[in-house]
Amino acid sequence: MTKHDNPTTLSRRAVLMGTGALVVSVGAPVGIEMLLSIDEARAQGAKPPLTPDQLSSYIAVNADGTVNAYFGKMDMGHGLFVAIGQIVAEELDVPFKAVKVFMGDTATSVNQGGASGSTGIQLGGKQMRMAAAEARRVLLEMASTRLTTPADQLIVVDGVVSAAFNRDKKVSYADLIGGKYFNVQLDWNKQMGNALYAPGKAQPKPFKDHKIVGQPIKREDVFAKVFAQEDFVVDIKVPGMVHGRVIRPEIAGAVPVKVDESSVKDIPGVQVVHQNGFLGVAAPKEWDAIKAMQQLKVEWSKVEPPFPNQNALYDHIRKAAVRKREVGGKTTGNVEEAFKTAAKVIEAEYEWPFQSHACMGPACCVVAINGDKVDCWSGTQKSHFVQIGLAAQLNVPLANVHVRWINGPGSYGRNDADDCAADCAVLAKAVGKPVRLQYMRDQGTGWDPKGPASIHIARAALDAQNNVIAYEFKSKGFSRVDVNTNGSKLFDTLAGQTLGVALQSGDGFGVPAESYEFPNKRASWETIAPLLDRSSPLRSSHLRDPVGPQIHFASESFIDEVATATNQDPIEFRLKHVKDPRDIALIKAAAQKFGWDTRPSPKKGQTGNNVTGRGIAYSQRNGTRAAVIAEVNVDRTTGKIFAKRFTVAHDCGQIINPDGLEKCIEGNIVQGISRTLWEEVTFDNKSVTSVDWISYPILDITETPEKIDFVLINHPELPPTGAGEPSIRPVAAAIANAIFDATGVRIRRVPFSPDKVKQALS
Amino acid sequence: MTQKFTLNVNGKTHSVDVDPDMPLLYALRDDLGLNNPRFGCGLAQCGACTVHMDGQAIRSCVTPVSSVGTAKIVTLAGLGTPEKPHPLQTAYVDEQVPQCGYCINGWIMTAASFLATKKKPTEAEIKTALEGVKCRCGTHVSIVKAVKRAAEMMG
Ligand code: FES
Ligand code: FES
Repeated sequence: MTKHDNPTTLSRRAVLMGTGALVVSVGAPVGIEMLLSIDEARAQGAKPPLTPDQLSSYIAVNADGTVNAYFGKMDMGHGLFVAIGQIVAEELDVPFKAVKVFMGDTATSVNQGGASGSTGIQLGGKQMRMAAAEARRVLLEMASTRLTTPADQLIVVDGVVSAAFNRDKKVSYADLIGGKYFNVQLDWNKQMGNALYAPGKAQPKPFKDHKIVGQPIKREDVFAKVFAQEDFVVDIKVPGMVHGRVIRPEIAGAVPVKVDESSVKDIPGVQVVHQNGFLGVAAPKEWDAIKAMQQLKVEWSKVEPPFPNQNALYDHIRKAAVRKREVGGKTTGNVEEAFKTAAKVIEAEYEWPFQSHACMGPACCVVAINGDKVDCWSGTQKSHFVQIGLAAQLNVPLANVHVRWINGPGSYGRNDADDCAADCAVLAKAVGKPVRLQYMRDQGTGWDPKGPASIHIARAALDAQNNVIAYEFKSKGFSRVDVNTNGSKLFDTLAGQTLGVALQSGDGFGVPAESYEFPNKRASWETIAPLLDRSSPLRSSHLRDPVGPQIHFASESFIDEVATATNQDPIEFRLKHVKDPRDIALIKAAAQKFGWDTRPSPKKGQTGNNVTGRGIAYSQRNGTRAAVIAEVNVDRTTGKIFAKRFTVAHDCGQIINPDGLEKCIEGNIVQGISRTLWEEVTFDNKSVTSVDWISYPILDITETPEKIDFVLINHPELPPTGAGEPSIRPVAAAIANAIFDATGVRIRRVPFSPDKVKQALS
Repeated sequence: MTQKFTLNVNGKTHSVDVDPDMPLLYALRDDLGLNNPRFGCGLAQCGACTVHMDGQAIRSCVTPVSSVGTAKIVTLAGLGTPEKPHPLQTAYVDEQVPQCGYCINGWIMTAASFLATKKKPTEAEIKTALEGVKCRCGTHVSIVKAVKRAAEMMG
């Protein structure tokens, strides 16, 4: 058996109530007698409720003085827990190493929204900062009583409180509260998920006092990972567990009508699960489950192949009925009127394909059902939402479902993990045993929710002096929330849809995020219906920086097109129109670090087969901004692009951990190159045909950029904003602009794979 | 029909009673409880399942148990320990390479068998030797740095 906690016997939501008198209101002096012992409380089931308004839901001090931080978000590989540990240690004045961060476990944390929208530090860290500051305040009050010294005359060093003027008068956090729960109420805003906020009375430290925040502290989990000491979700085993596999139709939308169980009867212990459109198998041995999946004879319903030809995709988007239209961003002036007066109009259209998460391993999940108790181990980004989903699906009380987030094979949004949890629960319920379900590669890449395909139309009106007098940007595409960003609703999961729950497709897209000012400006988006309204391998949802890469590929390519049309250097042109001072500083910093040669694109006088170019793109994202400069080599004969060198300027307010931030940006850039140069979901009339690493190629190690330089702009005086996604946003446009600079050819459709580039160049 | 096989893994012998066609990956993970090789594709396309067979990096997801014979199998856990790390493990920690880390096994095991025979490789040689191994999180730049660092350590 591997890492496996016994299912918690304590209902964390039952609780306290019998000893409810112990609840202490914020601000009241807290005596040690008013705190429950952790051990005692566990034994009696008497811990303050795991609710967002309890300090104990975020912070606990152990008997040895170490600190547990309970975090309702999780790390998707950027070392988020290091940053959270830094923030908590900073506010509490304990050593960084004294803090352990527990992530995404529904039995120990409240719903802070999971990994979502690059808000790990921006929102999750903000709450943990406030909670830790409040914990320190309460501890100082306790120490004040104990040491008979006013709280404002106490200092804290490494978790030991002493009187400022008599350092021998001291007491440690461990002595004050170690092993007992805080019983302090916070001022919760009654929101769940990302919006949850529950400060106490304390103010966090002024940034000038920060000693741990801002340090380049390393990730300890790397050690465990390289010595094969850490379990991933695929490694979880529970007693009595069997292995499950699901079976997907060859024609999307078909359902199994006849299943011949005798076709797998030679496989030991196999069980077939067929409920409505859901079909799966389970067997004690994993290889047997795989064989059963391959061997089972199934007759599928006859359905019309649901999809258009792939080469008609963009025409389909152009012609499809608009389901929702929205204007976004800052609108100025009157665009229609301004275009009427234009001396010249520049217009261009851009196209972006469906893309897959194509995670390193297909999703895996373990579900164990015991009466009306459910345990789930999942690589999901949103364990608290999976908890809601499983409770509804299995019809048990929410508090009976315990979902543990366990590191999975990467995740970049709504990947296949939440579908896997729901599928796994169907199997576990049907076979009456704990089930470990892992998808196969073709199911991971072929059937995950996809990043939406879209088209983008941009136009600019120039006056006779080449001034931009109007700018309009329109997107039209599949929704970023055709299925929602988490598995809390059955209709948003493949399991739900195969069982017959009707999809409730949502509408969402976006507009460019930048600070260009033009006298007349408008941006808008339109969404269209999905190509198939049930169990679709082309259902669309969030994929890293949802719709950001597509929108900014178009908008930032177009800005370059306008610069070229008016014979201006791309950076000079941007600096003329960008108005936000932080954006201006960012672009200038990137240009300087890169060694930008100021001149209009394309570069003149390049002959021969191999040409080089440089391009810039920039964008904002929820308070963060990133400017990316790419240098590329283009082989004109083969069409092969080598994205050789990058400079990234990044401003996300206060930097918590510069090393972690660099790594996070590095991953954004490389994944961004991959999505720009290679990635496109392919499909035929029947289903998705990009189902493995050959048919869905990603950037190979032989194509690794030679260098990525960083300019990390730190604003310790500003709140930290996110870094998980902003820097992937401008990558495609930076590359497209560099290709134009090298070749004079503008490529307006992603991906820039060799055959497509070759075609464009010829 | 299952059959009995004796496998030599990380210096110990184990017997398993399995389908001869079953890929070695499942014997290692499910029968021997060795979690380090991982399932990524089952198609020899990603490297996540890589182990050494008599020093050669092979993809255990497409290697039938019956073809292993008396070959010595080494997994990531057998490559080095915290006390006696392989230079690649040290370099991986120093360079803080992984993001999710699911791909680690593929890179370290493939690079280890390459560096065992190739001294002082160039960056281009390193990249070519690792061609085809996958990392979806995009840690490519750090991987190359770590393998270069390990190659230097190995002299
Ligand atoms: S799992 Fe073996 S190469 Fe991918
Ligand atoms: S670190 Fe996630 S796949 Fe490589």
